[in-house]
Amino acid sequence: MIRLKALLIKEFIQMRRDRLTFVMMIGFPIIQLLVFGFAINTDVKHLPTIVFDQSLSQDSRDFIASLTASQYFDITDASTSYQDVTDHIQSGKTKVGIIIPPDLSANLKHGQSAAIQVIVDASDSMAASSAISAAQMVGQLKSQEIILNRLQGYTGKTFALPVDVRIRPWYNPDFVSAFYMVPGILGIILTMTMVMITSMAIVRERERGTLEQLIVTPLKTHELILGKIIPYVFVGYAQATVALLVGILVFDLPIRGSLGLLYGLTSLFIIASLALGVLISTLSKTQMQAMQMSFFIFLPSILLSGFMFPREAMPLFFNWLGNLLPLTFYLQILRGIILKGVGLSVLWTQILALVVFIAIVLTISIKKFQKKLA
Amino acid sequence: MYAVEITNLTRRFGEFTAVNAISLKIKTGSIYGFLGPNGSGKSTTIRMLCGLLAPTSGDATILGLDIAKDSEAIKHKIGYMSQKFSLYDDLTVIENLKFYAGLYSLSQPEGKRRIAQMLALAGLENRQNELAANLSGGWKQRLALGCSILHNPPILFLDEPTGGVDPKSRRMFWDIIYTLSQAGTTIMVTTHFMDEAEHCDEIGFIYNGGLIASGPPSALKSSINGLLLEIPTPEPMELLAAITSRQLPYLDIYPFGANLHVLIAEEHASRYTPFAANLISPSLEDVFVHLVKSHRKEVLA
Repeated sequence: MIRLKALLIKEFIQMRRDRLTFVMMIGFPIIQLLVFGFAINTDVKHLPTIVFDQSLSQDSRDFIASLTASQYFDITDASTSYQDVTDHIQSGKTKVGIIIPPDLSANLKHGQSAAIQVIVDASDSMAASSAISAAQMVGQLKSQEIILNRLQGYTGKTFALPVDVRIRPWYNPDFVSAFYMVPGILGIILTMTMVMITSMAIVRERERGTLEQLIVTPLKTHELILGKIIPYVFVGYAQATVALLVGILVFDLPIRGSLGLLYGLTSLFIIASLALGVLISTLSKTQMQAMQMSFFIFLPSILLSGFMFPREAMPLFFNWLGNLLPLTFYLQILRGIILKGVGLSVLWTQILALVVFIAIVLTISIKKFQKKLA
Repeated sequence: MYAVEITNLTRRFGEFTAVNAISLKIKTGSIYGFLGPNGSGKSTTIRMLCGLLAPTSGDATILGLDIAKDSEAIKHKIGYMSQKFSLYDDLTVIENLKFYAGLYSLSQPEGKRRIAQMLALAGLENRQNELAANLSGGWKQRLALGCSILHNPPILFLDEPTGGVDPKSRRMFWDIIYTLSQAGTTIMVTTHFMDEAEHCDEIGFIYNGGLIASGPPSALKSSINGLLLEIPTPEPMELLAAITSRQLPYLDIYPFGANLHVLIAEEHASRYTPFAANLISPSLEDVFVHLVKSHRKEVLA
């Protein structure tokens, strides 16, 4: 215990002396949350749109008005030729082109199907899928309205839609992106800082030659590893608190579940990330290698954990790969507690996964480290 | 009787044999100097004894404890200091000492007492709140030594402790080593300074991974048979060529600073009178040069 205490005091003194790193550890989450919380919006609205209206009728104006009213399309240009539409999309001035045929009104009047062409720049797939579903929705609503009107005209009765789909988006009814993003960014920030700091920790001592002096003392391997982990648990908690405060104060993030549980489980994730960092530290010989290996963890953490892209859409292998990352489980815990307000009865599998992860990674680290002494 | 006993200790790195079947014994309470050029295997040997490296084969015991089996028990009994400053630059002098006092689990009062002693020993009493980074070479060295002997180890391993340190600091450092030795500490020190080696109770010469000679400095010096002549000359290489071309008899000949040293059999002394040669007693460096040359001849033959 005396040895571990000495190591902890030393780590805290070193942390305090390294002002820049310390400021960054706390400033980093605030800046990232503000930037990404405001900047990233998965619901792509207000796409610049060019309209080539050859009909120039009341019907075409109605349709265009419905598109604008959906907020997904901003009509920025009116065109007079097909070529003009192509040029605008090609040059990126507009993302969507809408072409209304000259016979729109005539076809509608005679009860024939009127074709409206919607060209979408699908080189940006997220924007494209937003535009496509919005355009489809507007078209279907318009069709329903016309059919109902016609039926009413023929029969003189009012009709209700035979199937009325009523959608209730639970947990985030207004699709506020920040609600989805803030917990995710919290997880990413913790992963990056925790893995990076600890991956440097032991390697730095190795590079400076101080590790050699530690090895000839009676300090035990597990004491050394604990001494490198415990101080940063505090840093992790400081980061999580800062991030949650920004989420609540700036983005009105609701905490629907138990804050105590959230904090408790955050410690599991922090320890898992620190353990991962320690493993990297025992595997690498230089700080440069440690840095590169850390990045090898970061990218999958961002892409496969469900932070950016839904894991349901991933092929089985990559879905499985994502299960090797602690962030995958922590995101489920975060979103579960913050947005859905669920508790232990739901989250126990994620907790179990994190505990198993910590046990395996720490065991390998201690084994690996002892071998490197020899 | 013997604090350290080494038997056929060997360490290979791939194809390269860094330490080749070294055997030696160090008497309790003595200063053992480990001499040899860079890369001869001095550090590797010490690193094996301290548990930093595992030996490829061979055995060694420290105070009767086996380095392979009892490495944890050994760690309480040894102090180790290497040529590279291995303390924390971003901690102050006193913080470094407190840290190591903690690592050796010294009790509060004991730690305080020992830290005060170490500060006095290293002459660092007035600089205890300075960052280690701001200390210059000699001070750093003494701080490192202080940290490695806080726990009063019966055996101290010093791996080129005075490398890169000015002569005055070197002398101060050796004064500390004497003090420790008089208090009963067994010390094994590597160096390539011959004048430092003179201070040791016993010396081991290591060359290309093998121990080529060992014994007290006086015994090693008297092991040289023949007369050693020193001929002062501004051009030792030219004189050497002149002597060899004249086919004068000698046992060994080599340049030595601004001199030429020639080892001859007693009966040939008269042949060298024209050279204004001085008869000298061999220094450890002469012994080492001679040993290395005859070792090479042996290897070639």
